[in-house]
Amino acid sequence: MRVSATERTLNYAILIGFSLIVLTPVLSILAAAFGPANASAAREGAFHPGNFATAWVEGRFGQYMGTSVLVAVIVVSLSVLLSILSGYAFGTMRFRGEQGLFYLFLLGIMVPSEAIIVPLFFDLRTFGLTDTVWAVALPQVAQSVAFGTYWMRAYFKSVNPSIMDAARVDGASKGRILFSILVPMGRPAITTMVVLMFMWTWNEFLIPLVMSPSGEFRTAPLGLAFFQGQYTQGTALLAAAAVMVALPVVVLYFLMQRHFIKGMLEGAVKE
Amino acid sequence: MRALPRASSGPGTPGRHTARQGRAITPYLFIAPAFIIYAAFMLYPLARAVHLSLYDWDGLSLATFVGAGNYTDILSDTRLRAAFGHAGAFIFFYAVLPCGIGLVLAAVLTRAKARGLALFRTLVFLPQVIAMVVVSVAFKQIYAPDGLLNTVLRSIGLDSLTRAWLGDYVFSLPAVGLIGSWVSTGLVTVLLLAGMARIPTELFEAARLDGAGAVREFIYIIVPSVRAELTVALTLTIVASLKTFDLIYMTTSGGPGSSTTVPSYEVYRRAFETGQVGSAAAIGVTLTIIIFLVTLAVNRISERGA
Repeated sequence: MRVSATERTLNYAILIGFSLIVLTPVLSILAAAFGPANASAAREGAFHPGNFATAWVEGRFGQYMGTSVLVAVIVVSLSVLLSILSGYAFGTMRFRGEQGLFYLFLLGIMVPSEAIIVPLFFDLRTFGLTDTVWAVALPQVAQSVAFGTYWMRAYFKSVNPSIMDAARVDGASKGRILFSILVPMGRPAITTMVVLMFMWTWNEFLIPLVMSPSGEFRTAPLGLAFFQGQYTQGTALLAAAAVMVALPVVVLYFLMQRHFIKGMLEGAVKE
Repeated sequence: MRALPRASSGPGTPGRHTARQGRAITPYLFIAPAFIIYAAFMLYPLARAVHLSLYDWDGLSLATFVGAGNYTDILSDTRLRAAFGHAGAFIFFYAVLPCGIGLVLAAVLTRAKARGLALFRTLVFLPQVIAMVVVSVAFKQIYAPDGLLNTVLRSIGLDSLTRAWLGDYVFSLPAVGLIGSWVSTGLVTVLLLAGMARIPTELFEAARLDGAGAVREFIYIIVPSVRAELTVALTLTIVASLKTFDLIYMTTSGGPGSSTTVPSYEVYRRAFETGQVGSAAAIGVTLTIIIFLVTLAVNRISERGA
């Protein structure tokens, strides 16, 4: 297809203009993060990578990042394992109540955290379970499993049944077929799921905010919110902290962007 | 196994009977671990939310049954009415505006087969993966009285327009809403670009032979072809707009006054700050129902039009 030179120029202008709109907040926070934290720092120069170390220590981000990693490891590993198992059943087996059960899982993709957070907090408080890592992690496992079951079911349904038949003829059990054939074959689909679950868990805000009222299991995004409340005048340190909180997911995104984009576009439930 | 008749596994082998019995329960065993956690931390709390929403409870003392009182409050309480009204405004900023921009943007890029699209895709999708708290911090600095926006306005002589954007009764809602537009537009554009890439080139060529201009091409070829993608885009962004909690918590806390409060923020405020637990649960349940209805409606409309 040919378009005129004017249109071509216009197109690039739009591309660049729009990219700039997207980049402005990103670049402005990066600039602030490397900028001087106060007037005396400003006299020493314009470039201050030391802000990151200062923010890390003053905002106790070592502790918060540690909690975030712990929560992410629990949520992602548990959700992936459970989703593979349930997706396998929904994708390859026929049983009574299959459809009803599957719709029940789909429900969880749409229910907002806001709806379940209130009873979760008050019920777990009754059992003395708030302020534990499980109170922060397990509700997120439930959310991720809803998506994961849907996602893995789609993968297992896409597998050519003759592969499973051949393995069964060779005498392989259901578990064997799953773990030595289907899981290795499904690495791309599973990777996409892992990446998405990691991002959701790392960026989650409401659940850790409510489920750890004492702040003992404060994750990195909450640490940032807390830091914002504590240091109202230090924009440079706050910006540096924000960059650190965003960094793990952003780095992963640049390494595996196909998985991110594919997952987020295809993961949308159309039912 | 879907297309596999039962008999094909072959009868007659010893132990087949027990194997078949085992088979009947096998699927449930695979589902059980996921279902137990899902039921305990999603289904049960959801049912409990409905239960709690029928009571007046401060979280500590004895609860009083009020029936649908907490739900009728949503209509009569001015602050809650405002919150749901703002949710409507957020649907515009998160979903409608980005879909409009995304359609034009993706159409222009598809028509031109511009180079550098891959890099563009990577860049515009970036806001989707940055934690909302971080996005909030970035925009809070931009909207600050001595922030980037006011600096730019002053430098071009529009001093009269400068203000504390997030502290303004009129401008705080669109200011926060536009953060949502910033987050959504990339997702929508990437989604629509993928849809438009599937339109056969011959369709454009035929249209151009018939003398169709860019505008008619847009209305008669491009928009109808991406109906499915547009449905997904609208569903995703509308649902995201209704779940805007972190953004409000970080930027305005619903203020000034109640000018930027939204249902999801009211859930938090009522349950954990003002001791109106029943009302908070009712708002959460209402929000869930709205999300269901919106998803259903968007998909119905798109199916009917197809």
